[in-house]
Amino acid sequence: MVRKEMIAMLLAGGQGSRLGVLTANVAKPAVSFGGKYRIIDFPLSNCINSGVDTVGVLTQYQPLRLNTHIGIGLPWDLDKNIGGVSILPPYEKSSNSEWYTGTANAIYQNLAYMEYYNPEYVLILGGDHIYKMDYEAMLNYHKKNNADITLACISVPMEEASRFGVVITDENNQIQEFEEKPENPRSNLASMGIYIFSWKVLKEALVTLRNQPACDFGKHIIPYCHEKGDRVFAYEYNGYWKDVGTLGSYWESNMELIDLIPIFNLYEEFWKIYTKNDTTPPQYIGADAKVDKAILGDSCDIYGEVKNSVIGSGVIIEEGAVVNNSIIMNGTVVGKGTVIDKAIIAENVVIGAGCNIGVGEEVPNKLRPDIYGFGLVTIGEDSVIPDNVTIGKNTAISGVTELSDYVNGWLPGGENIMKAGELL
Amino acid sequence: MRAVGIVLAGGNSKKMNGLVNKRAVSAMPIAGSYRCIDFVLSNMSNSHINKIAVITQYNARSLNEHLNSSKWWDFGRKQGGLYLLTPTITPDNGNWYRGTADSIGQNIDFLKASHEPYVVIASGDCVYKMDYNEVLEAHINKQADITIVTKDIEDTDDISRFGIVETDDDGRVVSFEEKPIRPKNNTVSTGVYVIRRRLLIELIENAMEEERYDFVKDIIIRYKDVKKIYAYKMDSYWRNIATAEAYYETNMSFLEKDTRDYFFKQYPDISSKIEDLPPAKYNPGSTVKNSLVSSGCIINGTVTDSILCKEVYIGNNCTIKNSILLTDVYVNDNVHIENCIIEARETIKANTSYIGDPDNIKIVAENNDRYEV
Repeated sequence: MVRKEMIAMLLAGGQGSRLGVLTANVAKPAVSFGGKYRIIDFPLSNCINSGVDTVGVLTQYQPLRLNTHIGIGLPWDLDKNIGGVSILPPYEKSSNSEWYTGTANAIYQNLAYMEYYNPEYVLILGGDHIYKMDYEAMLNYHKKNNADITLACISVPMEEASRFGVVITDENNQIQEFEEKPENPRSNLASMGIYIFSWKVLKEALVTLRNQPACDFGKHIIPYCHEKGDRVFAYEYNGYWKDVGTLGSYWESNMELIDLIPIFNLYEEFWKIYTKNDTTPPQYIGADAKVDKAILGDSCDIYGEVKNSVIGSGVIIEEGAVVNNSIIMNGTVVGKGTVIDKAIIAENVVIGAGCNIGVGEEVPNKLRPDIYGFGLVTIGEDSVIPDNVTIGKNTAISGVTELSDYVNGWLPGGENIMKAGELL
Repeated sequence: MRAVGIVLAGGNSKKMNGLVNKRAVSAMPIAGSYRCIDFVLSNMSNSHINKIAVITQYNARSLNEHLNSSKWWDFGRKQGGLYLLTPTITPDNGNWYRGTADSIGQNIDFLKASHEPYVVIASGDCVYKMDYNEVLEAHINKQADITIVTKDIEDTDDISRFGIVETDDDGRVVSFEEKPIRPKNNTVSTGVYVIRRRLLIELIENAMEEERYDFVKDIIIRYKDVKKIYAYKMDSYWRNIATAEAYYETNMSFLEKDTRDYFFKQYPDISSKIEDLPPAKYNPGSTVKNSLVSSGCIINGTVTDSILCKEVYIGNNCTIKNSILLTDVYVNDNVHIENCIIEARETIKANTSYIGDPDNIKIVAENNDRYEV
């Protein structure tokens, strides 16, 4: 008979549209982070490190990269005989087939998966944060309080609290009130989107609210349970937790990794973060190369100069190239003599020689100033940049570009070239 | 597949100058991120040989740890798999492996229970890429009894530590001398043999009965006039690492682009155990030139013309030159290291210097306590 004390349901179906061209072809949880990782590696590693060995990963938006990354779960030791990782996409049913319309709706559509493992507790996770957290400690807290639901919460600056669901608790951390994105927050204790439910409570709520359109945990399930008088507790988390939802916060949290003593430390022996390694060779630093304040993934070849940057695996930086304040993801090639400042360059991009990327004044982006800001140049995966072009700040490029796409070899600040996929 | 694989990885080597005090030769780190045995295992796997026996004996703990899962080389299959054959005591036998033939002879059941018609025997202490199917093809075409893979090596190498092979125009072996003082030529045996499985069982059983235990001396050399033994000449990169000099030179050859491209960029890949280490970190003030750096390293000082294995830490104001730092070496501040091999898990005290000679690489094994107050 199958029996698991706690299983995890990891919501990985979101696009993360504020990451612009980075998520044009991949779901946000599959976006690279910190040189060799992908965002989903953090919750998956947290699961196995916490002793949670059964994880359902709910996918919907552009799942190919996620599917190939997760595979049978081998890198996270989730290739188990009983349990392990299962990819749970939306599926056709004999009646009422639908996409996942909300976070709770997605979980509801996978009741059978959870039933199979006969759990006592279900852990609900998102796939878009960078953090290390022991879910077992949270479970112990849940048990100690005899709780029905426990929400992981974190103190955020009061002025940012209105972006989150905030909770108001009593002296025992039992939640008295719950406000979703309040205009005038009365508390700065924000929900991290991490919940432990006692299975019976979760099942009852999901079934009762099954006809709720776009059924969501924060908006519907938690308020419903709270009103019904369930014991809902806040578990206060004090460690590093970073939402990488915008290009600015994504860039910033990558840059935090290269500090002398990073606040989020990947070099600790315990609580390792696991990822799928496609390559094992060491990195080669050339005789005329210069690497100063950077992290580099496996099998890079650096012949140029890298400063204050996060470089993925298999990246080639050719002679005379200078990469400053930038994130360069797996497999990208930077041509000879190209100078890059403050850019996010996705996977397998080919950048020609003699380019000058990230120059000039900051001008708001003409298409999506809300996405492409922060003075960054953002280049989507598999893009090609021809030789000798100049690219301004707050720009976005996606697709195979040619010299004719640039006006006199120049893409001024705030402009975009979108040749691949959907326009954002 | 048409062949099973046997990897001989039990050997010791006094010429490793103490580097084998911690591990078998086959477990020595190569190019920072690999172990020597990864090359032969990857070659086997890439040649679609899926049943492999690794024979170990000498100082095998580190090697066994590296092989604790067969999945990295894709041997964790229902058909075939990776068999670790260590010496065991049985009702009939209480001996260690007394030689290479004996190590196969004591495990003859492995061969008898296989059904593949051929056996590829290879040693675990060589760095090369090879498709064994090509050797097997040549073996079948020549209707050979045994095929030995040979390589013409340069005179600068210490030729007299190898088996020297002489052939006729057809490639048939006419003379095989093991470690001759005065080698006749520079064609050496690479330790890779192809042989029919039933013939190998027969030859090994005969040798065991006669209490002869060495594969080269008691089978290859002894039978060379009665069996058809052919040489298959390889001309790609091949190095044996079983002396300290050869080990150093082999590693340093990976600083050449051609070698790196051949092993790292050209199909097929060499696989190794995945250690889940973070990316290498270059702190402000670090300077690295013409060097290989592996995952998990943290560098503060200056590293030139060197190889850093996994998880090496280089403190502030250090100078590392022409050296190999094995896995998890911790170098405190103000240290000068030149022309050295630093043993794995060493802790180098601050304000020290270790200078070897380019012709006589210094091997550093201090066994300092890392957490000394």
